[in-house]
Amino acid sequence: MSEVLVVIDHVDGEVKKPTYELLTIARRLGEPSAVFFGAPDKADGVVEKAKAYGAEKVYVIDDAELKGYLVAPKAEAMAQLAQQSSLSAILFPSTFEGKEVAARLAIKIESGLITDAVDVQAGDGGAPVTTQSVFAGSYTVTATVTRGTPIITVKPNSAAPEETAGAGTVEAFTPTISDAARTTQIIASQPRAATGRPELTEADIVVSCVRGTGGNFDPIEKFADSLGAAVGASRAAVDSGWMPHSYQVGQTGKTVSPQLYVANGISGAIQHRAGMQTSKTIVAVNKDNEAPIFELVDFGVVGDLHSVLPAATEEITKRKG
Amino acid sequence: MRPCKRPALTDHHHRRGREANTMNIVVCVKYVPDATADRQFEADNTVDRVGVDGLLSELDEYAVEQALQLKEKRADEEVTVTALCVGPEKAVDAVRKALQMGADKGVHVTDEEIAGSDYIATSLVLAKAIEKIGADNGPADLIVCGMASTDASGSVVPAMLAERLNLPQVTLASVVETQGDQVRIKRDSEGSTEVIGATMPIVLSVTDQTGEARYPSFKGIMAAKKKPMETLSLADLGIEADQVGLSVAWSKVEDTTPRPPRTAGEIVTDEDGSGAVALAGFLASKKFI
Repeated sequence: MSEVLVVIDHVDGEVKKPTYELLTIARRLGEPSAVFFGAPDKADGVVEKAKAYGAEKVYVIDDAELKGYLVAPKAEAMAQLAQQSSLSAILFPSTFEGKEVAARLAIKIESGLITDAVDVQAGDGGAPVTTQSVFAGSYTVTATVTRGTPIITVKPNSAAPEETAGAGTVEAFTPTISDAARTTQIIASQPRAATGRPELTEADIVVSCVRGTGGNFDPIEKFADSLGAAVGASRAAVDSGWMPHSYQVGQTGKTVSPQLYVANGISGAIQHRAGMQTSKTIVAVNKDNEAPIFELVDFGVVGDLHSVLPAATEEITKRKG
Repeated sequence: MRPCKRPALTDHHHRRGREANTMNIVVCVKYVPDATADRQFEADNTVDRVGVDGLLSELDEYAVEQALQLKEKRADEEVTVTALCVGPEKAVDAVRKALQMGADKGVHVTDEEIAGSDYIATSLVLAKAIEKIGADNGPADLIVCGMASTDASGSVVPAMLAERLNLPQVTLASVVETQGDQVRIKRDSEGSTEVIGATMPIVLSVTDQTGEARYPSFKGIMAAKKKPMETLSLADLGIEADQVGLSVAWSKVEDTTPRPPRTAGEIVTDEDGSGAVALAGFLASKKFI
């Protein structure tokens, strides 16, 4: 079986859940080889994790010369790595960075690219067949790559991670990076304060809110915490400056597909629906009984979120005992 | 066989030095099916771009807006904003809207052979058109794109364009500032807020955070009618028919299926706390508690 490259999604060596989903998917298509861009002193821990989810090989690429220059150096490194062996696919996490590296790579190695897959299976002859959810979740599309090595970016929550031991053979890889790839520079980077909540796109439960909360997110956050949920926001909440853009769910923000999505005070305009319509279970709380969001819900409460949410938080806490 | 490898870039840098008082901005705009209409696919699994009302992609309006703001901020220079669109005949509406907003020139690449093109071929046509615009009017210093299209939502064309033009890319900007040939942007990335610096020429993509897009004024609408609009075919760009279109796409849509409508859920009206109890009951029944 030929190799499937999986680019590891991590923050300073802290491996993120979508990596395990990608490794699980990779095993359907061939032998998973994980690719780690990062500091060599973090490699041991990352290798152990990748191995536990079936990585037969782990390419370790010291990113000292790459980081701080956005995506171009990573695309060059991936192109060189892809030339080394015959690959049956290259999988990226569907982050903006993952998609941009994949985009440049597709042109470099003349291969077809499929973005935002929500499922990948081996088709006839073993080549990957992807499933995508398009037009704000109103259509499901299956697709294949017809040229080169299939490059696929995969959205979080696209597979249930399955543990299985791989060989995890470590191979250091040193790419040659051109000067042209190192012309844009990150001048400053301010990490956002940790909230202790799950990552928005990876969370099983997302609780989102709107301008209607008047800048007071306390009821929302307490409710989210009672469910162990991530907090999301409508565009209005972001535009008002109450929430960072990285919290925004919708067409111009993140697309989420959690097990449960709770929309609070959100009317359900198409731009917002585009970001959450594929959630498995949808719940809404809204004063306006004619809000379009109620057309989507499995369960809806017509009521004021300022009274419903605190009472619901209390009820949930009580039930949990 | 890189279709777009060109040695013209060094010339480009020199040229900037010579003509520091001019600046050429190309804004890539896409004509998309209206997201509020019932979007659908054709029998060959391509997006129906004719039977469904189309318009300039909302996300590209922000790109046009940023280009216009840069032009306004650099009023002492000769800044030319060219709106570029690749799409069917009706897609000229997207270019026209950009001209009404204030872009100076329009370029519409249209050719039956382009229909069904994937990201790869689309980026090829855009790259060739940008080179042609550059050859005619002076090379582009800044290529501005929206963060994604509202139909395919791939967010990959700016990066592909940068790769094909052998340029750096700076994407997802929420704030854009320029000084001379320096560009500085701010953006929210996955876990942090970043400031990124680059030197023109670059490919830039902007988010809706850069600021509301202006509505065309009556004056703008009238003025747009007199603005130069160029229509180009593949032959004008030196692209062969077998380099683009559905039949040569590097990926293939096998099947499209409308998602079954969600079955209507239970709606309760809150009365003195009953809503909260019912909500908790529902969540418990689904094992979320």
